[in-house]
Amino acid sequence: MKMVTAIIKPFKLDEVREALSAIGVQGITVTEVKGFGRQKGHTELYRGAEYVVDFLPKVKLEAAIKADMLDQVLDAIQKAANTGKIGDGKIFVSDLEQVIRIRTGESGPDAL
Amino acid sequence: MKKLLVLFTLVAVLCGLSMPVYADDAVPAAAVTVAETTSAPAGTAAPAPAPNKGDTSWMLVATVLVILMTLPGLALFYGGLVRVKNMLSVLAQVFAIFCLISILWVTYGYSLAFTSGGGMNDFIGGFSKAFLAGVNTDAVVETFSKGVVIPEMLFMVFQLTFAAITVALTVGGFAERIKFSAVLVFAALWFTFSYLPMAHMVWFWGGPSAYGDAAGFIFAKGALDFAGGTVVHVNAAMGALMGAIVLGKRIGYGKEPMTPHSLTMTMIGASLLWVGWFGFNAGSNLEATGTAVLAMVNTVVATAAAAFSWMIAEWVLKGKPSMLGLASGAVAGLVAVTPACGFIGPMGAIVLGLLAGVLCFWGVNGLKKLLAIDDSLDVFGVHGVGGILGALATGVLAAPSLGGTGVYDYASGKVAEYSIIGQVTSQAWGVGVTILWSGVVSFAIFKLIDIVMGLRVPEEAEREGLDTTMHGERAYSM
Repeated sequence: MKMVTAIIKPFKLDEVREALSAIGVQGITVTEVKGFGRQKGHTELYRGAEYVVDFLPKVKLEAAIKADMLDQVLDAIQKAANTGKIGDGKIFVSDLEQVIRIRTGESGPDAL
Repeated sequence: MKKLLVLFTLVAVLCGLSMPVYADDAVPAAAVTVAETTSAPAGTAAPAPAPNKGDTSWMLVATVLVILMTLPGLALFYGGLVRVKNMLSVLAQVFAIFCLISILWVTYGYSLAFTSGGGMNDFIGGFSKAFLAGVNTDAVVETFSKGVVIPEMLFMVFQLTFAAITVALTVGGFAERIKFSAVLVFAALWFTFSYLPMAHMVWFWGGPSAYGDAAGFIFAKGALDFAGGTVVHVNAAMGALMGAIVLGKRIGYGKEPMTPHSLTMTMIGASLLWVGWFGFNAGSNLEATGTAVLAMVNTVVATAAAAFSWMIAEWVLKGKPSMLGLASGAVAGLVAVTPACGFIGPMGAIVLGLLAGVLCFWGVNGLKKLLAIDDSLDVFGVHGVGGILGALATGVLAAPSLGGTGVYDYASGKVAEYSIIGQVTSQAWGVGVTILWSGVVSFAIFKLIDIVMGLRVPEEAEREGLDTTMHGERAYSM
């Protein structure tokens, strides 16, 4: 099992969700986050005071998937979230040790 | 007593003369006496002027409009500009100041501002109308036209709203770091020693029928201030500036971001200020005449011009036209046109507005950096700079040759010869005295409070925010 964590542009969330549903991903978890990367922040000006805003709003989505789906999932996210401009985000992949469905007590790939 | 005796004698004589007539009509004698008593003075002197219902209605509306400027206009304008943790503290300070000053105004404020002060009359009034003595529903005051009156109680409550907003304006200088108790003590002292003398000096005079009577010091200098550019704006700006100096900068000023938490609130507040300002400026005419309309028109166009010129200046110099720039420019224009609104023409008002927008934009940028003072919400940059500009420019733009109304001379009954240099000199007197008086008094009051009870909240309270530490509540639960 794999955990796929992707940081994407907020307005791309719907497209990514549709792409993942289309290939059979059963569920994702979404969090609104802030961060910085290569995309520079912006400057805000209030009367005479200038403030540099370093942290930009992004969306973090997490999907727990079966290992054999990994390439499909990575491909779907990458295609759906891509604008070609700086700040499109990143995808992180890690191994997932255990999954348990709380309602039934199922565990492992059955719980995905 | 003497007057009463004369009156009774008069009534008796009149009754005696008219008795036969009434006797013929077989009207009971007692009723005749009553009827004659009430009409006797009218028969012997010019009838006492009675308020016009139109004027009275307009001034009632104008008074409500000025209340709207403070609550919620100014409160929201200021509230939106502070950080979310201090939102309620600013709203509470403005709200409480309005309540406090309303009560102080009727107990002694009105009397000290608008009665003769005898030997001290140049600077302050007396206590003859303390607790509104004699200010009953029959009492009237003269407007700026001879023989035209409005109820004195209405004039009194209209002026109450000015006192309240002036004190509330100072909040912008010391927001986000002052103790609530210190705000209340400051408000009461500053109202008494800065606002009341200024109002008396600028606005107290005998009225059109007694223009020769001793007037306030600045009024006697011939300074024009239609709706309170010096009394309200320069005065409040000095209070705010001294507050910012004595309190010191907010923790993290210049290092941490102190971004306005809701420019939406600020836009709503600025718009309510604009609407309310029609009562403030056009209401200052005290009657519903063409001059009130002129003041209203000037309050539209000067404000529009200033909002626009601030926006353009910001667009050119800083890259983007901001909503906060539009709102700030509007307030700058309103401030600048306040002393001028009843004296200048609409084209002059546009010129004044354009200047005010650019100059006040400099006030919150260049001047603010130059002063290096943390005037939290730029009261001095906007109200001080705009107020001084407005007061001085009134002297120029009021000239009939520039489309102004000139100055009406009550002695000759026509508009007097106009000297721009002479009038600007008078205006400079007004500005100079206000800066000096208000500056010294405000500084002394803040120092005194600092020594006696302390001005600032503890450091951890300032970091935590005044809403939870001073008021035990937060503005938003989301």
